[in-house]
Amino acid sequence: MKSIETLIEEMRSGSRRALARLISQVENETPDGQHALKLLYPHTGNAATVGITGAPGTGKSSLVNTMTKELRRRDKTVAVVAVDPTSPFSGGAVLGDRFRMNDLAGDKGVFIRSMATRGNLGGLARATFDVVRVLDAAGFDYVLIETVGAGQSEVDIAKAAQTTVVVEAPGLGDDIQAIKAGILEIADIIVVNKADRPGVKNTVRALRAMLDLGHRQKMVAHHGQLMLMQDGPDTEPEYDFWRVPIIQTIAVEDDGIAKVIDKIEEHGEHLRETGMDSDRERLRLETELVDRLQDALLRDLLDKTGPDELEALLQQIINREVDPASAVRQLVSAS
Amino acid sequence: MSDRKIRVLIAKPGLDGHDRGAKVIARALRDAGMEVIYTGLRQTPEMIVEAALQEDVDVVGLSILSGAHMALAPRIMELMYESELDDVAVIIGGIIPDEDVEPLKEMGISGVFGPGASTESIIAHIRGLAARA
Repeated sequence: MKSIETLIEEMRSGSRRALARLISQVENETPDGQHALKLLYPHTGNAATVGITGAPGTGKSSLVNTMTKELRRRDKTVAVVAVDPTSPFSGGAVLGDRFRMNDLAGDKGVFIRSMATRGNLGGLARATFDVVRVLDAAGFDYVLIETVGAGQSEVDIAKAAQTTVVVEAPGLGDDIQAIKAGILEIADIIVVNKADRPGVKNTVRALRAMLDLGHRQKMVAHHGQLMLMQDGPDTEPEYDFWRVPIIQTIAVEDDGIAKVIDKIEEHGEHLRETGMDSDRERLRLETELVDRLQDALLRDLLDKTGPDELEALLQQIINREVDPASAVRQLVSAS
Repeated sequence: MSDRKIRVLIAKPGLDGHDRGAKVIARALRDAGMEVIYTGLRQTPEMIVEAALQEDVDVVGLSILSGAHMALAPRIMELMYESELDDVAVIIGGIIPDEDVEPLKEMGISGVFGPGASTESIIAHIRGLAARA
């Protein structure tokens, strides 16, 4: 087994084998993987990270496939992280996203890695953030992150990516679905894929109405007070205001994809020009720090408490002698 | 790490369009707790080896029902070797005549599973390989 330092050196001089092995170490959360992240972190922050999320069957993988081809036509190197769910019963997984990306094979400017969620909720694996960092440090211009088929609350992707693309398809829901909270709120770009299917006009109309309800207002500071301003037809268009575009595509026919990439590039520029990229990054890193702290503290506490004490406490809760919240207070103050 | 997931690439090289067997195996390995990367039909040897490299799998499972195994397997093994993937095990399932089993094993194929092989025997074989690694 090669040392992590050797693997990193080989990866940085272009070895795909070394890159793949580093990703495994990071994905398996081994001590070597942790060490690799420590060494690689200073080299991250250069790739444009784009999340692709949406319900199962909307065409995320096919879209990632054609988006990658378009980015290659623009001379960008592309890494893809495709996440599929782990079975809660067996712990196994069938990772089938690569199946729709077969025509990217043989291109040295593309690297595709499939990941299983390994029990994590939220649409990504716990290690996805770190795998993206390894690919970023490997020097790819773009890292595309495809989430599991998302329902309404798998919104972790917004913490992992600079630009989030939400993929919809005709016939999945009405305008009430569209105004519910959830993945539409994290969209920087909405793609209505399978635009050759019937019902596409209704889908686009419902989405547009949802955006108009939510985004035509803007908080502004006026004489030291926060005010809600309408961004209607009477006001000057605000420059620092990103209007979420709705783009119709037919991914399998490569139709509309160039426009998606244009908008992703535009969104990247917008974030840089408005300084929102650093605000967003700060928020992402803050969330990650708190999440990791929770994990570490929990593990620490469980190590100190031991299974017997936990079991005894659980039994008291089952017997209605102690309520769950008091049990937690008891555990935390004892440690 | 002992609880490390076993990663398996299931691919169908060659031109036959029968992928039921490959899907049955993918599903069985999933239910045995493995992570299966399924790449589907009509894969060239180059595509398979490249996918095995990027996905850093422990095992590559080839499903061949076309009778072309004596042409495809040597090419795949050669590419595996060139890509320094010689520590990745390769197994074959499909319509393989008995007289071809030994020559395939001499090429470095670790297991050959013909019609009637149980999914349990394939799972046991893969677990055995992973335990050795």
